[in-house]
Amino acid sequence: MSGTDIRETIADLMADFCHFLDDDRLEEWLDFFTEDCTYKILSRENEAGNLPLELLSCRNKNMLRDRILSLREANIYNIHYDKHILGAVRILGEKNGGYRVQANYSLYQTNQDGVSELFSVGTYRDLVVFHNGMPMFREKVAVVDTFGIPRLLSTPI
Amino acid sequence: MRNEPQLTWPTADLSRIPYAVYCDPTIYEEEQDRIFRGPTWNYLALEAELPEKGDFLSTKVGETPVLVCRDNDSTLHAFVNRCMHRGMMLCRERQGNSANFICPYHQWTYDLKGQLRAVPFPKGVNGEGGLPKDFDSKSIHLHELRIESFRGVIFGTFSDKSESLLDYLGPEVIYEIDRLFHKPIHILGYQRQRIFGNWKLYNDNVRDPNHGGLLHMFHATFGLYRLSQKGGAKLDASGRHNITWNALGTDDEKTTEEGYEGTKKVYNAKFNLKDMSMLQNRTEHDDDVTLVILSVFPNVVFQQISNSLCTRQIRTDSNDRMELYWTYFGYTDDDEDMTRHRLDQANLVGPGGLISMEDGEAVELVQTAVRRERDTHATVEIGGKGKIETQKSLVTEVPIRGFYSYYCELMGFPVGSNATAK
Repeated sequence: MSGTDIRETIADLMADFCHFLDDDRLEEWLDFFTEDCTYKILSRENEAGNLPLELLSCRNKNMLRDRILSLREANIYNIHYDKHILGAVRILGEKNGGYRVQANYSLYQTNQDGVSELFSVGTYRDLVVFHNGMPMFREKVAVVDTFGIPRLLSTPI
Repeated sequence: MRNEPQLTWPTADLSRIPYAVYCDPTIYEEEQDRIFRGPTWNYLALEAELPEKGDFLSTKVGETPVLVCRDNDSTLHAFVNRCMHRGMMLCRERQGNSANFICPYHQWTYDLKGQLRAVPFPKGVNGEGGLPKDFDSKSIHLHELRIESFRGVIFGTFSDKSESLLDYLGPEVIYEIDRLFHKPIHILGYQRQRIFGNWKLYNDNVRDPNHGGLLHMFHATFGLYRLSQKGGAKLDASGRHNITWNALGTDDEKTTEEGYEGTKKVYNAKFNLKDMSMLQNRTEHDDDVTLVILSVFPNVVFQQISNSLCTRQIRTDSNDRMELYWTYFGYTDDDEDMTRHRLDQANLVGPGGLISMEDGEAVELVQTAVRRERDTHATVEIGGKGKIETQKSLVTEVPIRGFYSYYCELMGFPVGSNATAK
């Protein structure tokens, strides 16, 4: 693939990731990750203080599958729609076929009364790899500026 | 004269809670004085957050911003985070290290013991302006709270009338703090959760072992905590504090199936996690207790859920808003693998916790539903209406009655003045 193709493919992946979440296609959304993936939501406060605690952390795809299973079958959470607004996708560099990718996001939640509120704003810091020409996340890390979590953190960011 | 809120508790056994107690702003105002600045001990911080001389952090007692620091003699202090000059917040950083505190407004400088040390231009300019001759800077000291630290947990009180911390906690709570802080700890990080409900609704929540296996379906579904397991609620002599505990794997299929019969979606034996490592309990104590939720009146919860350890501090914002401030820790002798295990298990709790995420919304949904209720009450009868004492089952909410017993005493609310609840 040419540099432009790679850039477009990664930008598409970033956009699809958000749209699948917003469309509640969580089971299909899992396909964006490699088996050895890391998915984390980090508080900016902890990151700044060099503290290791995450807001959510899945160190492999099975942990991510469990998270989705739990959301579907066990957890009770606020009924809402998610809407991600993704900023410009920056490709910071490539090493051994892995691309360091960064993009800002804002995530609005809309409740059953049709009231939308900013739920989270932050930055994705990702590692994208290609499997058989398909881009996938080996690392998806959302560093959250909004670390004072309104209500609860249920659906992924 | 103060405009004292009027509220009656219809039954002397405290099995009815008037909803107005969650909704009336005048009651909230009164609580700031009578509870948070009253003869209670409030959790402030952990000593592990302030290891060095000059370390400081910002915290809250109710709604009052409080600064905690370690001075050059290694003595801990807590002050209202407010300059004695014109009331500016003295320290804006959440945490740091400093030789002194300098107010950003007019550069009044205080040492780490809270003593005013310097005021710019004390003599004015060319004999004009400046401080009056009788200005006594030695008499100016930050508003200091009395603090006591037990096993590295720092508590503070605004009142001269408070009993000693250990008397306030009582032997049951002391046992649990001893157990949880039996070794030196180190901080793993923080989580913050904005909850749109009254601070007491959260206190009710943690004094309600019954909801743990019903609302938090992850618990029941994956077997971490079921009402059918061995457990209970230990109360101190006054009933104001509570220790909910249980032991993993002490239930059997039959009792569980029977108990949860008719409930929807709560317990389903067919679900299994693909990665069970998160549910693994690595024994750290001589007992089989795998869950302890220790609630100390009025503002803190200590948690052991398997190997996930933290404090949860309740910080009030208004009668219908609060922040829950989670401080996670491990022991300093944890190896890398154990630290990773504790971090994995942090997924169980906090605002995004597989177990606990429901609480933030449950509190809000109660607040929303009772907002306009003035003469109606919550019913608290599970576990019975008898003596407020230690409970040998998890199917109980008696500790909530214990909380309000002390609460009413501090607030001066008459109890049982009206024989029947509506």
